[in-house]
Amino acid sequence: MDRPGTRAFSGMPAIHAWLLLLPALALLVAFTHYPAVQTLVDSFRATPRGGQPAAWVGLENYQVMVEDPVFWKAAVNNLWFAVVTIPCSIALALVMALWVNERIAGRAFLRMAYFTPTVLPMIAVANIWLFFYTPQYGLLEQLRGALGLPAQNWLGDPDTALGAVIAVTVWKESGFFMIFYLAALQTLNPSLREAASIEGASRWQFFRRVQWPLLMPTTLFVLVNAFINAFRMVDHLFVLTRGGPDNASTLLLYYLYEVGFSFWDTAYAAAITVVLVAVLAAIALFQFFVLDKRVHYQ
Amino acid sequence: MTNAKPSRLPSLGQPTWLDLLAAWLLALLWILPLVYATWTAFHPGEFSTRFAWDAPLTLDNFRRAWAAAPFARYFLNTTLLVMLILAAQLVLSTLAAYAFARYRFRGQNVVFALVLVQLMIVPDILVVENYKSMARLGLVDTLLGIGLPYFASAFAIFLLRQTFMGIPKELDEAARVEGAGPLQTLWRVYVPLARPVYAAFALVSVSFHWNNFLWPLIVTNSINARPLTVGLQVFSSVDQGVDWSVITAATLMTAAPLLVAFLLFQRQFVQSFMRAGIK
Repeated sequence: MDRPGTRAFSGMPAIHAWLLLLPALALLVAFTHYPAVQTLVDSFRATPRGGQPAAWVGLENYQVMVEDPVFWKAAVNNLWFAVVTIPCSIALALVMALWVNERIAGRAFLRMAYFTPTVLPMIAVANIWLFFYTPQYGLLEQLRGALGLPAQNWLGDPDTALGAVIAVTVWKESGFFMIFYLAALQTLNPSLREAASIEGASRWQFFRRVQWPLLMPTTLFVLVNAFINAFRMVDHLFVLTRGGPDNASTLLLYYLYEVGFSFWDTAYAAAITVVLVAVLAAIALFQFFVLDKRVHYQ
Repeated sequence: MTNAKPSRLPSLGQPTWLDLLAAWLLALLWILPLVYATWTAFHPGEFSTRFAWDAPLTLDNFRRAWAAAPFARYFLNTTLLVMLILAAQLVLSTLAAYAFARYRFRGQNVVFALVLVQLMIVPDILVVENYKSMARLGLVDTLLGIGLPYFASAFAIFLLRQTFMGIPKELDEAARVEGAGPLQTLWRVYVPLARPVYAAFALVSVSFHWNNFLWPLIVTNSINARPLTVGLQVFSSVDQGVDWSVITAATLMTAAPLLVAFLLFQRQFVQSFMRAGIK
């Protein structure tokens, strides 16, 4: 690739480049590559106890994992969490962006309202949502009471706990993704709209045939981000449910935290980390080999 | 949320009243938690679940929250932490991005790919191993221990490399003709021209680390280094029982600096997040 600007200059020795890279690379190796590799190694060893070196146990940690119902619960929950939050937050983000991209009354307010959850700390807003969900006093329960509906313990009921957590996540993420759609919509050529208007296209047709295809690269970018977030957003669990009741709302990273730092079973935690890294690596490879190729043809 | 699909109406320009209604309903729903928290925090406890127009305003909840936990220390910790991380990120990624953008050396693509690995395998995931490292380095419960895994940011390196590559190399050559070395050129030519990107990255980084929770929770165990988010969690789960007014006051306090900054500099925030997100 000899695009202008990427070509190196003559007389700039490579040693300079390595020196410039050294501090960042050293830290990346120390806190990303080394721990990733070391995690894999540790997942084949027992948790060291009482100052003795960890014994090599082969696949025992993975054996434990396969037989651990809580792990499977967390994995299945995480799958549902991803399957629901990703499309919901992306669809909402798209609708929000389409709205605030038009000359709609109160546009500045709408944009501010949609985006605000993004800048708030998850741990802080989870406290507020906790109160919404609280039995008897909570806002949601007061509303249900006023409508004459039976009482519901949203976070205490295994059937609704995960759903309650998902709702908070969608609320938090949609405005963030809206920004990317909004940026993309603003780069679309206005004459497309005029042309569609002259052709007598309906708004739905215009969206379906013009806007949506042109937004595809944005959708894929947001999709990858939403996927990564589905496996790393667990802050609200610490406040809302602590994974409960009876692990009904636990997610992989939260379970990893519990195993590693509540039970101090670091070897098993390493095995769970390997699973998480594998999931994220799979997303990365999918993006690199499948999505990136397609996007360029759009 | 039933209006998820745009309605089938022929006018292409103006949103219909149905859009307007749905957009506003959604917006109100979206800020409801914040409005509600503000109500509870500024009114006496007995009004936290009862809404009356004549409820008296008070700052008492904030006073009690402030007195009940070392929030001043938490604020200091978070502020220092955020500045420490940002400073390290800016310096390290500027140097690395310059190397990737303007030098050519053997293994460049491989090294760049290795940097990008961090975009996927985020530090949040590797907490167990990184905790062991911090324990070995004696950095548990220090600000440095919280910040270290984030100092080298693949995201910042990527962003700045793109920006630096877009800067005409004639400017670079001109500076060198005048006798400037690589670092002087970087400082005098590249850094000033990339200023908007630095600003965008700074806003995103500060928001992220102000709000970050899991890793600081793991690596701190006392008020020495504990940031606001962890402090809030400790406060609301242990100290308070169910005094909602005080908890919401503490919650608002934690979020206030970013929230106020966002409300004041909305445009910059939105543009920064946009700029940082679009590769």
